[in-house]
Amino acid sequence: MELINFLSYGFIQRALIAGSFIGLLCSLLGVFLVLRRLSLIGDGLAHVTFGSIALGLLLNFYPLYIAIPVVMLCSLGILKLMERARLYGDAAIGIVSSVGIAGGTLMASIAGGFNVDLFSYLFGNILAISTTEVVISMALSGAVIITIAVFYNELFSLTFDEEFARATGIRTERINTVFILATALTVVLATRVVGILLVSSLLILPAVTSLQLAKGFKIAIVISCITGVLSVIAGIVVSFLMNLPAGATIVMLNLLFFIAAFIYRSVHRE
Amino acid sequence: MPVDSVVAARNLCFKYDGAEILHGITLTITAGDYIGLVGPNGSGKTTFIRTILGLLQPTHGSVALFGRNTSAFTGWGKIGYLPQKLIGFNPEFPARVREIVSLGLLGTKRFPRRLDSSDVPALDATIALLDIQDIQNKLIGELSGGQLQRVLLARALVSRPEFLILDEPTTALDPETRDTFFNTLKDLNQNGRVTIIIVTHDIADIGKYASKLLYLDKKIIFYGSFEDFCSSPDMASYFGEFAQHLICHRHT
Repeated sequence: MELINFLSYGFIQRALIAGSFIGLLCSLLGVFLVLRRLSLIGDGLAHVTFGSIALGLLLNFYPLYIAIPVVMLCSLGILKLMERARLYGDAAIGIVSSVGIAGGTLMASIAGGFNVDLFSYLFGNILAISTTEVVISMALSGAVIITIAVFYNELFSLTFDEEFARATGIRTERINTVFILATALTVVLATRVVGILLVSSLLILPAVTSLQLAKGFKIAIVISCITGVLSVIAGIVVSFLMNLPAGATIVMLNLLFFIAAFIYRSVHRE
Repeated sequence: MPVDSVVAARNLCFKYDGAEILHGITLTITAGDYIGLVGPNGSGKTTFIRTILGLLQPTHGSVALFGRNTSAFTGWGKIGYLPQKLIGFNPEFPARVREIVSLGLLGTKRFPRRLDSSDVPALDATIALLDIQDIQNKLIGELSGGQLQRVLLARALVSRPEFLILDEPTTALDPETRDTFFNTLKDLNQNGRVTIIIVTHDIADIGKYASKLLYLDKKIIFYGSFEDFCSSPDMASYFGEFAQHLICHRHT
C-alpha cells in the first residue's frame, strides 16, 4: 500500500523513469570505457559539465542546453589530444578536466550569485527532475542506446584489439568519434541523477561489478545494465524512504553490488 | 601489374619523427607465395606489414592490395592478420574464445556488420582446424600463451582469407606446437592456395617452410627464392660466406 502511495507521486515517477534510462545508458557505455581504460573520462567530462553549467547560469540559459554541446565538443578535444598529440588517455582527460573546473570556478566567481544552483548540479537531484528533462533524457538515452546497438560488433572488436579492428576495415576513427560523443551526452544526462562529483561512479561501478561475474562479452553488458538500473531504482526508493540524498545512495548501493560480486567471485574461485 | 598480384609496393618509404624506417621498397607478392620476412631488430619488418594493411600511411610511394590502393581497398575479408602482440591486452577481458574468433568475420561484412547463423559453419570449421574446440567457451584470460596464439590465428583464418599476414606468430609456442602451426600454414598455402607472409627472426628455420625470402634492413637486401639466396655472391658478401653457408645448410 505504502509502495503504491510512493509510486503515485509525480516526482517519483519522473525520477524512476529518467533514472532508469540514464542508469541503463551509463552501465552500457561503462563496460566499453572500463575495458578501454578510459574509466576516468566520466570524471573529466563531468568537470567540463561543471564549467558549462556555470556558463549557462552566467548567461541565463537553461544549463543543459549549454552543457550538451560544450561537453560534446570537449570530448572531441580529448579524442584529438589522444590521437594527434600522442598523449595517453588519462593525460588528455586530465587536461580537459582541469580546464573545465577552472572555467567553471572563474565563471562562478565572476557571476557571484548562483552558488546554490550550481550546488544542486554538483550532487545531483533526480527527485527534482522536470517533465521536460524526463522527455529529453528518454529521447537522448534512446538515441545513444540505438547507436551503440548498431555499432556493437565494431565497438566490441576495437575494444578488444583496435589494430586488428582496423585491419578488418573497421573505420575506428569514426567509431571512436561516435562513442566519445555518446559518452559526453551520457555524462551530461547523468549529472542530473548523481551529480557532477559522482558521475564516474555510475559509469564505472556497474561495469566492474559485471566484470567480476561475466563469462562472455554480451553477458557482461547485460549484468552491467541490470546492476546500473537496479541501483538507480533502489537508490531512489531508499533515499526517499530514509530521507537521504539520492545520488549518494545510488553510488553506495552500486558499491554494495560490487562488493557482493567480488565476494561471490572470490568464493567460486576457491 | 600481374593479374594475380596480391601486394604491389612501389617505391614505398616511411619516416617516423624524421627517422627513415623504410626506404624505396618496390616488390610484388603474387598469389600462392609463402614469404619469410626477416631482418634485424628495427629493420622495418612490422612497419612494412602495417603499411601493407593500411595501418600506417607511407610518407612516399604506394601499396596496392589485390590491385587496389590500400586507401581505396574494401575487400578486407580477403586478408587475415595475426599481430605481433595484443596491444594493451587485458586478461580480465570478459570475452569467450568463440566470441574472439568470430571478430575475424567482421571484415567480410558490410555495415552494420551483423553476424548470423550462416557464419556458424565457418566458425566451427576454423575452431576445429586449430584444434581449440575444448577451449572455445573459455574466457580469453584463462588461456596459456600458446592457446591464445592459436585463438588469434583462428581469428585471422575464420574469414577464409586469400592472404595471411603473420607477425612473429610462434614466439609463445613450444617446439611441438610450433611444428603443428607451421604444418597448418604449409597446408593452407599448398592446398588452399593462401598467400602467406610471415615475419620471423629465424632465417634458417623459415627456409624449411617458405618458398621465398624477403630480407629487409630499411630497404630490400634480398627478395627471392632460398635457392637464389644460397647461390648469391651478393648475399655471401653481405652476410659473409660462413653465415650464408650456415643458413643454407640448416635450411636444407
